[in-house]
Amino acid sequence: MEMEMEMEMETQKPFQVDVGNLLAFNPFHNFSSLPTSRDELVKECLEEGTKLIQAVADGLFNLPSTEDVDGPLVKLPPPATKLPREKHLPKPKPPTKWEEFAKKKGITKRKKDKVVWDEQTGTWKRRFGYDRVHDDKDIPIIEAKMTDEPGEDPFAKRQDDKKKRVEKQEKNRLQNLKQAAKLGALPSHVQLAATALPITGTQAPPKKVTKDELGNVAGMAATSTASGGKFDRKLPGEKPAKKQGKHRKFLPVVEGSGIGSREKEQTDNVLNKLISKHSHEILNIGKAVTMYNVKKEKKARNRKNQEGKSSSTSNKLKPKKQLHKKAAKKGPESSKKRKAK
Amino acid sequence: MSNNEQTLRFCSSAIMMRIKTPKNGRVRRELEKRAPKLVETGKKTLILQGTKTSGTLNGVLSEIYHLKKGGAVRFTRKNDNIRPFESGGEASLEFFSLKTDCSLFVYGSHSKKRPNNLVIGRMYDHHVYDLVEVGVENFKSIESFNYDKKMAPRVGSKPFIAFVGEGFENVDELKHLKEVLLDLLRGEVVENINLAGVDRAYVCTAISLNKVYLTHCALRLKKSGTVVPRMELVEVGPSMDLVVRRHRLPNEGLRKEAMRTAKDQPKKKVKNVSSDAIEGTIGKIYIPDQKVGDVALPNKAKGVKRERREAKKKEANERASKKQREESE
Repeated sequence: MEMEMEMEMETQKPFQVDVGNLLAFNPFHNFSSLPTSRDELVKECLEEGTKLIQAVADGLFNLPSTEDVDGPLVKLPPPATKLPREKHLPKPKPPTKWEEFAKKKGITKRKKDKVVWDEQTGTWKRRFGYDRVHDDKDIPIIEAKMTDEPGEDPFAKRQDDKKKRVEKQEKNRLQNLKQAAKLGALPSHVQLAATALPITGTQAPPKKVTKDELGNVAGMAATSTASGGKFDRKLPGEKPAKKQGKHRKFLPVVEGSGIGSREKEQTDNVLNKLISKHSHEILNIGKAVTMYNVKKEKKARNRKNQEGKSSSTSNKLKPKKQLHKKAAKKGPESSKKRKAK
Repeated sequence: MSNNEQTLRFCSSAIMMRIKTPKNGRVRRELEKRAPKLVETGKKTLILQGTKTSGTLNGVLSEIYHLKKGGAVRFTRKNDNIRPFESGGEASLEFFSLKTDCSLFVYGSHSKKRPNNLVIGRMYDHHVYDLVEVGVENFKSIESFNYDKKMAPRVGSKPFIAFVGEGFENVDELKHLKEVLLDLLRGEVVENINLAGVDRAYVCTAISLNKVYLTHCALRLKKSGTVVPRMELVEVGPSMDLVVRRHRLPNEGLRKEAMRTAKDQPKKKVKNVSSDAIEGTIGKIYIPDQKVGDVALPNKAKGVKRERREAKKKEANERASKKQREESE
């Protein structure tokens, strides 16, 4: 039996070993009968695993190693098992308009120095930046040419020209980036964003649509269909449209016997409010009192502002005695007001 | 990121376009890290859960997170709108994958029909590429194993992976599971590896046609006669039975595109770095001319103080002599 097993093991030796991934695969093993207990199963799995890992280690430790501070360093071979990428392959950047032109004309790039000799001051100055060589503000005199108009400011003209050049350069840069974005090769740190539709009338800032509004847009468009959007096919995950406007509840057409007469209740409620049968329940005495007080104080304040400080103290000392009588009077008055409403 | 952007408005022919570039160096470096590369190093994993989870599932998810500490993101809230196998239920997953830059995800959920369910999926360009749904049985967590704590594998070490069983070759679902598990357990793809630092191994055995026993072990390297040490496995980490339930393979076109590799390009020359046989890597640093005499001293040197004292003394003497002269006059 042991001889048989040994022979079997030798013929089935070829494990698939991938040192680049530290992976080993034994495609020949099978459990002819599952071991009875869990421990047995675990033990057998570990045994098989150990054999495989030994095979990988054989390959790994036999690679040429270099000595390092922490230990021997080996250079792994590239992994044999191919796994799918996580992102697409980066596309090469398309040549910009200038690069195409330069290639056609045969113009080569020349290395520029960081500092340039400045004749005016006799020193080495930067090519660009703070204290640069040919700055516009360092020009003392501009000689007039025959082609110049008399009333023109040559310094302002130089500045305008520079601005125009800068704008043109930015436009070209944007066009180059748009071209690259069309081919899917935008540089990683650049994002192109469309800000708004072209400005037609007023210079209004573009309105940002919120997430809730976007969710309601489909529902809003659906109400303009003949059936009010009830039978439109919905996308998976789309929520049913929220009902806009007042929520009205209609009574059922045919009332069952057990419900009672809901219609009678409804009309009763309306009528009671109109005729104010329970008028003493309608009036909120506390609220009426405060309303009256506030009105009185306002009047007193107005009078005070007109007359001066003499009336203020007298108002405070006056006892408010007519309050309760007026509250009682308020009963029929308020109901009259309600009727008028 | 939207706060640190430099915007350049320009009115083009029909649509207003804006170039947004990061103003911050840190943001620029982050964006470059997330950009697609020619040769890819490891994928990050997103671990999250659905509406309901069980105790074992919580344990499984947290232990997977622990095993992949360096390259994993763990979400702890429930997400009820994620249904990986339905057509509309992947939108949230793709959004998370985009924001966290994760290309692998492990989604756990528990229901009566599918108890202790784990959906392991991969993304291509932040869209779902393929999915495998497994059920977890007989889960044993790290705490339940007794072992010598000194042998515990360190976080982030590259593991050995062993697959045992003919099921992985013959059964379609197990083949797919093998590929996904390899992607999940692999870790970073590195060129050089330190032989002293290999200390963990995963063993996956196909027990039956749809069951896989997965366990995580620590390695002990024992002395043997040759250069190659003798390996010994000691179970340390979680062990579980995975029952394959459903799976979705990628469509052919997408698979072909994802498996494409670019031909090896010559490595870009790094400036100012050279290597020597004796000293190893040498770098050159250029420093501008140091004008030692003109630099202002930060701490007042003793000499300076003495100068002031002497100057003061001299002044005092002069004044005294002046007075003397006046008096004499």
